[in-house]
Amino acid sequence: MGGHESNGMPQIGSMNKKGQIITDPSELFFLSPRTQAFLTGSEVIKEAVKRASVDFSVAYPITPQSEASSLVGELYADGYVGDYMRGESEFAVMGQCAGGAFGGARVFTTTAGPGTLRAFENFPMWAGSRLPIEVVFTVRGVNSPLSIQPDTLEIAFMLETGMLLWHAEDAQDLFDFILKGYIVAEQPEVHLPIGVICDGFFVTHTKDMVLMTPENRVIPHYNPYASPVTCMDMESPPVRMMRDPFVMKSNYISYMTHASWQLEVRAAIERSRKHTIQLLDGLIEVENPDAEIMLISSGTAVSQSREAVRLFRDQGVKVGLVKIKTIRPFPAQEVREALKNAKHIFVPEFNVAGWMAKEIKSVIDRSERVVAGPHVAGGMTMPPEVIVEEIERSLALRGKKELIHG
Amino acid sequence: MNPYSVLRGPEGFLPPAAALAGNILPETGQGHIEGQIVSEEEAIEEAARKFVSAKVPTIFPGPLVLWGWNEKAIRTAEAVERLSVAGGINIIPMPDYRPKYPKIDPEAEINPNHPNLTIWHNKIDVCMFVGVHCHYANLSLKIIRGGTACFTMAFCAHAGHEDANLTVRDILPEKIDRVTEIVKKLKLNSKKF
Repeated sequence: MGGHESNGMPQIGSMNKKGQIITDPSELFFLSPRTQAFLTGSEVIKEAVKRASVDFSVAYPITPQSEASSLVGELYADGYVGDYMRGESEFAVMGQCAGGAFGGARVFTTTAGPGTLRAFENFPMWAGSRLPIEVVFTVRGVNSPLSIQPDTLEIAFMLETGMLLWHAEDAQDLFDFILKGYIVAEQPEVHLPIGVICDGFFVTHTKDMVLMTPENRVIPHYNPYASPVTCMDMESPPVRMMRDPFVMKSNYISYMTHASWQLEVRAAIERSRKHTIQLLDGLIEVENPDAEIMLISSGTAVSQSREAVRLFRDQGVKVGLVKIKTIRPFPAQEVREALKNAKHIFVPEFNVAGWMAKEIKSVIDRSERVVAGPHVAGGMTMPPEVIVEEIERSLALRGKKELIHG
Repeated sequence: MNPYSVLRGPEGFLPPAAALAGNILPETGQGHIEGQIVSEEEAIEEAARKFVSAKVPTIFPGPLVLWGWNEKAIRTAEAVERLSVAGGINIIPMPDYRPKYPKIDPEAEINPNHPNLTIWHNKIDVCMFVGVHCHYANLSLKIIRGGTACFTMAFCAHAGHEDANLTVRDILPEKIDRVTEIVKKLKLNSKKF
């Protein structure tokens, strides 16, 4: 609630050192002409970061994000990223990102799978410190035996870190989410770290058509003067908060302070809704909302579900689809509304745990309508035919002999 | 209409964050009173009325107003001082955010980690936060609402605060002067009775 001014901040309409024009986000996203390109997801990450006025990026190799982080290094070499370094491990990377953000920099990094879990302690620390760092998780298997293949299990670990979590379905989402993510995450009343998630290999290593904003336009720089917490300087180094933390005191009010702090982080996630709805055109997308059979998921499971909907359509069966764009904030009200008429709800997922099905069951009534599946894991693909078979098998078990035609 | 009424406390063991209860922040040109969205002018008028009717009205200026780090901070501090003088309102600063152990001096300062101590000690029944970083203001507002009967008002340079009993957003020195102007009028009128 402080009286910040943007003294010295580069203004909209001015040029950065690479000659890119600093552009109002709404104009950049919704009015600027877009050009089509055929790129891998890793290349898309590079193109988005090129337009994101990033001050600092830290890299550490782990499949399947290594190419993307190395391409960000090329951006640094070309002068598009302020500073760039390699960390000693993922844990170190996330700590170094925190240092940059504490100092008022816009920070970008990427990681995946075991790297995410190795770095894990830092994510709730980022959220509690209100650091709007952006990290792209190119999700993959995390458990032994080792797998580098696509798997969304790691998202389950991230759910209660206090971060915003957006799940890209494809390369277009990835491009837009990286840029729009900064705009939402850096709002003074939000000011939280954001994880932009894409499914490893399925998105990072495949080529897709992407409509990109002009190369010579960038989003405005991060304004650290609008932060809800103090920036790090010699007057308020973070160590002074860490050295005398209230959590080290054993009394009722210190516990309550910590509880209130946690509530404030979750409140900040809630405040992101209105900005996100505006920029992403809603937290969900719905196809065939009046269908009795609905598929609902996030990431590339949505793409596979879209194909399953098409296969059913070819058979004359109407099946609906809900695409969830943001996992945090979770679109509880939107999901309730979208599923209110559904009799059978299927949740295809690329993980063994079925965490998305649990999320959905927790926010709707008559949760017995939900079938947690089909599931694949460990890098398996999920052909649309598998989704169709799962629906047909489940409905047969439920005693629904014929699917609804027409 | 926001679903949750943000009323004067004490609200209990751990009051919820109003945003988690479904309350949304006011848009530009608006404020809120006890969680309900009103026009900015209405919120400013109510802030003045609260100050005038209080037994121990107090302003808690934070670092962004206390330190003259830019021209706006200086002008805001001057406006806060004018309000304090016009309304007979105490000023107790929140100079930084570190917990003050083993014991805070509640007559000298307020701290976001245990703001209730300052409220209780000074028997403050109406307060205004201004120039406090948003995160720490929200922390304080929740704890005050939980354990005290103080009516909290947050004058914010950004989007406002759901956890205050009253908020005005996008503040400028002129908006604080508007509170002062109404306080003066109310005090003048009350003398006629």
